[in-house]
Parts: sequence; structure tokens; C-alpha cells
Amino acid sequence: MAAGTKVIKKPKRTLADQSFVVELVKGLGVTFKHFFKGLNQMRPGGPRPDVTNFNYEDGIATLQYPDEKRPYARRFRGVHRLTHRANGEPRCTACLMCSTACPAQCIWIKPAEFPVGHPSRGHERFPEEFVIDELRCIFCGFCVEACPVDAIRMDTGIHMTAIDDRGSFIFDKKKLMSIPSQDGDFVTSNDRPEPGDKNYGGITRLQGH
Amino acid sequence: MITGATFWIATAIKVFAIVFGLVNLGALLLWVERRQSALIQDRMGPNRANIKIFGKEFRVAGLLHSAADGLKMLWKEDFVPPGADKLLYQFAPVISLVPPLTLFAVIPFGPSIYPDNLRRVFGSEGWNAAAGYIPLHISVADSGILVVFAMASSGVLGAALAGSSSDNKYSLLGGLRAASQMVSYEVTMGFSLVGTFMVYQTLRLEQMVQWQVDHAWGIFVQPLSFLLFFTAAVAETKRVPFDAPEGESEIVAGYFTEYQPMKMGMFALGELVEVMTSSALITTIFLGGWQFPFLKLDGFHFELFGIAKPIYMSHLAVVIISALSFVVKVAILVLLQMQIRWTLPRFRYDQIMKLGWRILLPASLINILLTGVVLLFVNGR
Repeated sequence: MAAGTKVIKKPKRTLADQSFVVELVKGLGVTFKHFFKGLNQMRPGGPRPDVTNFNYEDGIATLQYPDEKRPYARRFRGVHRLTHRANGEPRCTACLMCSTACPAQCIWIKPAEFPVGHPSRGHERFPEEFVIDELRCIFCGFCVEACPVDAIRMDTGIHMTAIDDRGSFIFDKKKLMSIPSQDGDFVTSNDRPEPGDKNYGGITRLQGH
Repeated sequence: MITGATFWIATAIKVFAIVFGLVNLGALLLWVERRQSALIQDRMGPNRANIKIFGKEFRVAGLLHSAADGLKMLWKEDFVPPGADKLLYQFAPVISLVPPLTLFAVIPFGPSIYPDNLRRVFGSEGWNAAAGYIPLHISVADSGILVVFAMASSGVLGAALAGSSSDNKYSLLGGLRAASQMVSYEVTMGFSLVGTFMVYQTLRLEQMVQWQVDHAWGIFVQPLSFLLFFTAAVAETKRVPFDAPEGESEIVAGYFTEYQPMKMGMFALGELVEVMTSSALITTIFLGGWQFPFLKLDGFHFELFGIAKPIYMSHLAVVIISALSFVVKVAILVLLQMQIRWTLPRFRYDQIMKLGWRILLPASLINILLTGVVLLFVNGR
């Protein structure tokens, strides 16, 4: 025998093992333990572990999904929303970066110019229509990354639910602007002064000329 | 015994109660099995099916799933495979469901009722024994346990015919396996009970119960016989760990691969009824049948440390307690069988055969020999 070799003794089969009776009783002990524990937890008001938490306790592990949900992480990429400006207009400047970045090509924007005399005219545009096909979307979050003005966000915490017709999956500007964030607000904390605002520090048309 | 019109009415009531009860309890057992398996596996089990009454959902603890299953089975297409033997294919589920139901005819589920003496204490003053009694088992057959064996062995036919008539190789394999397995365990089943016949000196089940009431429960007199018979009975039901005839991972669903919902449901129901009948048999032969411990026909007789203190009860109360104790014993055995079904993994087919022929059969023969020797010394002949 070479040095350092460890010989492991195989346990021999005893009569008790082969008759199955002892092993059956042991197995029944395990299943009965789980059975009575589950029975106790299932009674009304029983000590059922809170399955919506992630601290996997012993006991019944069933999550009754539509009734009980595990909370999503805050960074969960849910359904999109369009953030608002202070005056309720969409913050989007129709730069088309999101629709360009989108690998699924599910964003379509119809840009429009601000009317003559509007302080933002010439600086930026606004989306006359903003459509996202949520069925095509792969929820990669590239649009959020691409957006320079923090106008499109996926922080709603809403898991895309099943709707029974395809048309309802195409979200337009009104629909996108009506979805609040998971904190319940429609704006974003990233402030951005617009042309015409008092704290606007950017170049003005006068300076440009 | 009461004869005439009363006898027929009583028999009709008994037959209806047993057939109706067993079939419905089969549906209940489906729920029990789902819930039990769920709890064993740390799940919740069925609880979504509901009925809306006045805008309120009633879920009844998931019991409605069995009803929903039944409805679904009834509404599905009833398709017969083109190559199947039409007659045998249609009859096979019936043949597998009826024998376990018929088997219940000879099982006593309570002591005899004396309808004219319901409020009197048994054997007391005014007890009118001449007024006649109604036995609480359907058939008063001298053959007794032989009827049980005949019916239990004809259950093989259902599975075998289903397998051969379906025109499907998986079904054929399943039918073959079912037939050989059930025939093998039939042998052990018969031999394991011979020891109890020798002790009880009778084939009639009601007399067996009476012997146990007078002496001791069969499980204490014939423990080895109980173990062998219980194993054989579990094997007869074709459920896990003895479900080689179905073997999902090998032969799809075995002998009922080609069967459509309601007929498949009849096979499943037959299986569950078989579980109940085998439990009732074990109760009757080994667990004192309808006897409640310390309960005699006239009330409780506790005899501890030489102090006897009888509590007399009316005949009706005694009958009700006895029948209930039979039901409870059967229920416990059924739950135990289900627990075993969810505890053990499936045996391989050769292991089943080895267990049947090499272990159980010799053990049952040894049991007969031992019982004979002991009886020889006890009886002193």
C-alpha cells in the first residue's frame, strides 16, 4: 500500500437494512415530521414563515404568486415611464438617442419643434408622439443609459403584466407619462434647468449669436 | 337475524351506503393524497379552485379540485384507439373498479344491530333477543375471506385486459407487469393469512372479529402475518413503491396509457378504493375490526389492577362507537399507506419479484409452521 493512502471501510449491509422495516420507519419519521409541521403551519393563524422575505426559513415554502409577491430590488428594470418637467410637460427632448440605442427597436418618436417664441425653440425639440412596444422590449435598460436628460426611466417596479390583446402592449406618450415611479412621483431627482428658467446656466441664443 | 322485507330494505341501505360512500371517499382521498404529499414536501397543496356564490369565493380547503377534475374528465373526448379491442377496452376499467367495491360485501363494519332494543343495555332486563338482529355487513357468506381472495385476484384482470386490448406496446408491458406482480403477491397474501385462520378457526370475517373481541387483536397474535399481509396488500394496490405497472419514467403510464380521462379516472378510483378495502381488511383481520378498546356489547369494562368498573351504555351508543372506531382505524391505515407512498421511492421490477418470491413467500410459510407448532403446544394435543 502506498504511503498516504487512506482506506475507507464500506459499511456492511445489515439484516435491518435489508429487511427495509427499520429504514421504512426512519423514512416515515422524516415524512411525518414534515407533515405535522406543515399541518400546524397551515391551520388558520398558524406560524407560516413569511415567504415574501428572502430569509428562507424551514416550513411551507409555497409563494401564492398573484396574492403574495416577493419585493423586487430597487434597481429592477420594470415598465418604462417618461419623467415630467415642473410644468407637466415630458422631459424628453426628442434627441432619438434611446430609439437609436434600443437593440429591439421598440421605441418610436415623432419629434416636433417648439413654437416660435418659446424659450426652448432652437435648443431642443419635444416628442409629439412617443411610443414603446412593450412586447418587443427586452428590458435591457439601454434606453435609460442612453438618455442624456433622464427622461426615460425603468424604475416603476412594475412587472409587465399579461394583457389579452397585443394592441394594449403599445404604450403611447400619455400612457408612459401616467406611470409613476416606485416611490410614487412623476419627476426625477436629477435637476435640469431648461432655457428660460432662472437658474439656467447654459449658453443663450443671444450669446450664440 | 331479521328476515323478510326488513332484511331486504336493510340490505339495500347497506349496499347503497357502501357503494356511494366508497366512490365518494375515493374522490376525497384524491384530495387527501394531494394535500398530504404537499405537506410532506413543504408545499401547500391544492387551494385555488373555488365557487363564487353572491360574489364571495368559497374554496373549501381545496376540496373543489376533485370536483373540478371529475367535471373535466367527463367533458373530455372519449376516444378509442383504432386498433384496440373495442369490447375489452371498454370493459377493463369496469373490471378494475368493481371487484374492490364487491369485496366490501363481507367486511363487517359494526356489531349486529337489534332494532327493537336500541335504547336498552345489551343483556339487561327487557332485552328482547327474539326480535332479531341486522348484521352490519352486506353478505352473510360462509365462504367469507374466500370471497375476498376471489375478488382481489379478479382485479388483475382489469389491468391485464387494459394492457392487452389497448394496442400499445407500453400498455402491454404495463399489463404484463401488473399481472405478474399481482399474481405473485396474491400468493403471499393468501399464505400470510393461513396463520390467522388457524388461530381464529374460521373463515368468516365477523367471527374473526368476535374472536378478537373475546381474546386479543390479531396484530398481537400474528405480528409476522400482519407485516406480510400489509406489504402484500400495499403491493396489490399497484401504488408507489410497487408501481412498476405504471412506471412513468419507463413505460409512460403503463396499462392505462391509451385511456381517456373518465376511464383513466375509473382506474385511479379503483386504485383508491382498493387502498380503502385493503385497509378495511387489515382492520378486520388484525386490528379487531369494529372493536373499540375496553368496549364490550353492554358498555365499557376497564380492568386495571384488578379493579373492574363497568360503565353501561345503550345498545345504540355501543353500535355507533363501534362503527366509528372501525372508520377511524381504516382512516389511520389509509393515511399510513399514503404516507408510505410518499416516503419510499419505487422498487425496481426485479426487486419487486425478489421481495415477493424470495422473502415474503418463505416468511409466510415459516409463519404457518410456527403457528402450527405453537397451537400444538397451546392446545396440548
